[in-house]
Amino acid sequence: MMDRVILGDNQFFAVNHLSDERSRAQAIRFKDDKAIIDVLDAAMDCGIKTFMCTTHDRIAHICDYMRKNPERYADFKFFPCMPYAHKYANAITELGILGTLKAYMPGNIFSVTGKAGIAFLKKDFPSMMELLVDAEMKMFEGMNTPVIFLQNVIVDLMLGLGTDEMFVHFADYIRSRYNAEPGFITMNMPRMVDLCQRVGISSPIICSSINKIGFRMSGSIAEYEEYLTSDREFRPMAMQCLAAGALRPDEAMEYVTRFPKIESVLFGASTKPHILQTKTLIEEGFARNNG
Amino acid sequence: MIKAALIGLGKMGISHAAILGGLPGVELAAVCDTDSLIRSGFEKLTRIPFYSDYKKMIEEVRPDCVYVITPTRLHFDMVMYALEKGCHVFCEKPFALTIEQGEQMAALAKSKGLVGQVGYHNRYIGTFNEMKRLLAAGVIGRPFYFMGEAYGPVILKKKGGTWRSEKGSGGGCIEDYAAHVLNLINYVTGSTLVDCAGVQMPGIFSGEVDDATYGSLRLENGMCGQISVNWSDDTVRKMTTSVKIAGDGGKLEADATTLKIYVREDKPEYGLEKGWNFRYITGLTPQVDFNLRGEEYTLEDAAFIKGIATGEVDGRNSFESALQTDIIIHKMIADWESNFKAAKV
Repeated sequence: MMDRVILGDNQFFAVNHLSDERSRAQAIRFKDDKAIIDVLDAAMDCGIKTFMCTTHDRIAHICDYMRKNPERYADFKFFPCMPYAHKYANAITELGILGTLKAYMPGNIFSVTGKAGIAFLKKDFPSMMELLVDAEMKMFEGMNTPVIFLQNVIVDLMLGLGTDEMFVHFADYIRSRYNAEPGFITMNMPRMVDLCQRVGISSPIICSSINKIGFRMSGSIAEYEEYLTSDREFRPMAMQCLAAGALRPDEAMEYVTRFPKIESVLFGASTKPHILQTKTLIEEGFARNNG
Repeated sequence: MIKAALIGLGKMGISHAAILGGLPGVELAAVCDTDSLIRSGFEKLTRIPFYSDYKKMIEEVRPDCVYVITPTRLHFDMVMYALEKGCHVFCEKPFALTIEQGEQMAALAKSKGLVGQVGYHNRYIGTFNEMKRLLAAGVIGRPFYFMGEAYGPVILKKKGGTWRSEKGSGGGCIEDYAAHVLNLINYVTGSTLVDCAGVQMPGIFSGEVDDATYGSLRLENGMCGQISVNWSDDTVRKMTTSVKIAGDGGKLEADATTLKIYVREDKPEYGLEKGWNFRYITGLTPQVDFNLRGEEYTLEDAAFIKGIATGEVDGRNSFESALQTDIIIHKMIADWESNFKAAKV
């Protein structure tokens, strides 16, 4: 089982779906890595031990810090989400697709002796994917990473293009190479559940927007609710429960905790009282609805 | 079922391909690109038929519509060919390299009764649409000034690489970033930018093209304003676009997430109280069937497909409206070249 309550990282990296101004304020507040570590410490004090984060360059600094303080963070878990999409999107505009592969694939893709070169030469996409996963995972060396997520832009892109086998490759690689569970973040949860069933990815962890007003719940909120109350085999994780801040925390969590199938709830917060309040609302909500 | 074919599998092309794959009522029947890596990727990983010759693709597949998502300098030949073959066309922005080419494409689409749409996706963002609605309704009285801005971290180092950094290819900050802002100002004001002055287009890192675009502008309706656009700005995480409009009765400020409305007196018919009012994207976004990178990209493709299928063309991003954007871009480049380039530091 994943932890019930998971801290996300959007607040640290100026991601705010409701306000560009708040983004700016967050960018200023979390300029120093210490400010991020302080929030992680506060979350740990509240009993939260899982941090879900993109493979942003600055997460590498956080991992370095934790490696230097192994006792304090022995139980701490990372759920990496890859790739940090804007890094690649901006690179593709600037360098093109080939240039981006050159810049981010480890090793020289034009050297015929390395894994990268051979994969590139043979246009072996599963191997290229493995190399990119390894590159993204490098910063987590020695850390506990029980679930590794593919980020929503990639998942939804692959979903739309119908590259079904690549999902299977990703899931198999994460399980075999990292002894971790594969996770998928998506804006299209019902389709992703169907796809996993179709291609035989067992018990997939699927993280998607789940909120009372249907924000970013593609298709319809009714369809999502049907999947969340069905016996389809998947492990749902809820994100954007506050609908980017449009909902009050109590009403938001009251809604999410109506679905006992939801294994974990991801949220972002920057202060200890806020973290504690959200955690309490989630835990009490699930206890009430299941008790 | 509408049959679509797509030419050009760069970042935007792949994105449109995936959205078309996810949308109901449309089948992505074939894609075309000349890159061997992309070809191999599509052939190995998807079931979508792949061509490297767009004419052959259109001949063989006989699509209802063609997406032209290639560099700007290639738009004209491809769009004209597709229109000649009777296909509706979705073309990415910027529309045309020259005004004459843009006029010819718009004229041919019109004479053949075909839907032409250009990919200015900001026209499908809820906050900007609400801004347009409230402005037209007169909630801020008589508007007299606009400010359009866009910033993003695209070019942060001295180096070229793709067509975007080549002069004359439709790259550069003005074609890539400022085009969005200029197009959006035309849209929200319901007028057309006709004149410019004091244009500055400095190259910050790029050799041949501009990395920023600044200048004063005038709309056909008399309203004046300015734009400030810079794609070498890493104070933001991704492209961030905003428009502000001041009127004698208040002010509107919109970005992709929030619309701020300041009114001098209560406007109960619009749910506005005297002072600042906020409307958020969460309340202004229609539900989409498939979401990749944001609702606006799905909405623009869905509108195009719906226009073809039902004849209800929303016309929001017509070839003609994109041509208006090209015209003001050309005027701005001419202004910069005549006035300031000599004094470039």
